Amino acid sequence: MSDSSVTRRDFMVKTAQGAALAASGGLLWAYLLRQEAKAQPYALRPPGALAERDFNATCIKCGQCVNACPPHILKLAPSGGDQPIGMPFFQPRTGACIMCPDIPCVKACPTGALAPELKDINKSRMGLAVIDIENCLSWKGLRCEICYRDCPIRGKAIVLETNPRGLSLHAMFRPIVNSDACTGCGICERSCPTDQAAIRILPHKLVQGKIGEHYRLGWTNEGKITQDFKPAEAVPAPVEAPGQNAPGVDYLNQGGL
Amino acid sequence: MNTPADRSQQKLANRPLAVRLWAWRYLFLRRATQFGILLLFFGTAHWAWQFPAKTPLLSGNLSASEFIGLVPMADPFAVLQIFLTGHVLQQKVLLGAAIVMAFYLLVGGRVFCAWACPVNMVTDLAAWLRARLPIPPLFHISRNLRYFVLAATLVLSAITGLAAFEWVSPIGMMQREIIFGLGAGGMALSSIFLFDLLILKNGWCGHLCPLGGFWSLVGRGAQLRVRFDKDSCSHCGECARVCPEPQVLNLKHLEVVGYVSSGECSNCGRCTPLCPEGSLVFDFRPLIRQHNARTERFSK
Repeated sequence: MSDSSVTRRDFMVKTAQGAALAASGGLLWAYLLRQEAKAQPYALRPPGALAERDFNATCIKCGQCVNACPPHILKLAPSGGDQPIGMPFFQPRTGACIMCPDIPCVKACPTGALAPELKDINKSRMGLAVIDIENCLSWKGLRCEICYRDCPIRGKAIVLETNPRGLSLHAMFRPIVNSDACTGCGICERSCPTDQAAIRILPHKLVQGKIGEHYRLGWTNEGKITQDFKPAEAVPAPVEAPGQNAPGVDYLNQGGL
Repeated sequence: MNTPADRSQQKLANRPLAVRLWAWRYLFLRRATQFGILLLFFGTAHWAWQFPAKTPLLSGNLSASEFIGLVPMADPFAVLQIFLTGHVLQQKVLLGAAIVMAFYLLVGGRVFCAWACPVNMVTDLAAWLRARLPIPPLFHISRNLRYFVLAATLVLSAITGLAAFEWVSPIGMMQREIIFGLGAGGMALSSIFLFDLLILKNGWCGHLCPLGGFWSLVGRGAQLRVRFDKDSCSHCGECARVCPEPQVLNLKHLEVVGYVSSGECSNCGRCTPLCPEGSLVFDFRPLIRQHNARTERFSK
């Protein structure tokens, strides 16, 4: 009797030890994985890359996109760096995406981490160009506009806005980025002539805000009148007195007792 | 003493130099394939090697690749991990994993470990050095630990949504950084080297690596195996002395089965040319069955 309880006790202890080892090892490993995956939130991915979570999961780190890239701008992040390990990225200041019409990097991807649904390179969204208006030469009033001229979708992704400049007769030509056309290729960042680029590519989620859905911009509805602006008589008149349908009000007449 | 085992050992000791060198032929071949694979990947990535014209020769790395623009290949273990993160993969990589799987089912699962994996060069060096500077074992752990690490890899892939081994794999680091550019992978490799040299003999490849565990499981169904002739074996034990996974050479088991059936055998070819009696020979399973049936008949 006592013998069997000893072996049972041993078994329980062994099981608990094994479970503790597995749990602590597993927790440490999972912690490492999470740290590695969020190493740098501003890594720029090749065209067609899935959303960050899905891209992290599906990229097999094979580097076929790197080999397929004609301007050789893509790199696989080495271990120990600040980029998530083994995944392709590019840095526009030194190597911008030239937006090949046939998108060879996407074609080379065997897993679909670079989505094959992307057929038109102009629809890719690698990031968003953001202008530091304090250090942009054009915004200071000099004639630069290099980003505007080098932009592969010139006049759509980057537009120039003319503004009067103080007492001078000459206008200022201020570049403005349109997020609905900018692919984030980074050619503007590469060609910006300031010491530190005054226009940079950043992932959308780091720079783009989002207004609440309850805001109504009445003046953008081009003649249509939204529900909020409907005149009172257009609203169907209430048939019953307000509150009549509220629960509990009329229960006596409905056989509630 | 002049037992059959002693005579076998004398036979080994009296080999001329040429025979000794010839016994290392599989080692040279293994290094050639390990370096050759890396070279093909490197040449395609850096020197734009092409075959046929305008088609990359071997693009990618050991995780996934494409040969001459036609044959996709992929690491089935990596694909399995990605599948467990809950993502559907493209046909190309699934086909690639099937091709690689079929190849290793033919030639032996852990043939990857001994003939393709670059970390094998590091751990073989550590084992060679460890045998020469006799370093006493610090502790023993079960070689089955790799199957627990394998299970943990799969569970963590499902929980974290990341291919758990691919994100920390020193194998991935080493081959990626050789092919695509250096990082801190050398540190991971040095720690494996020191671990194998000073702490646990064959520690990484023989105890921990979940990829080795995966290929061990696949290897149970593999066709190319080491055949064992119980009639000629003198039980000298030289095979187990050179084997990095000596538990696969359990002679009592081999006498019953007639070949090395454990998936943990990597078909590295250390034992087969060394065996002084020629009792261990590479052969395909169906042929092994025929051979053993024939010798059974003769011995009766």
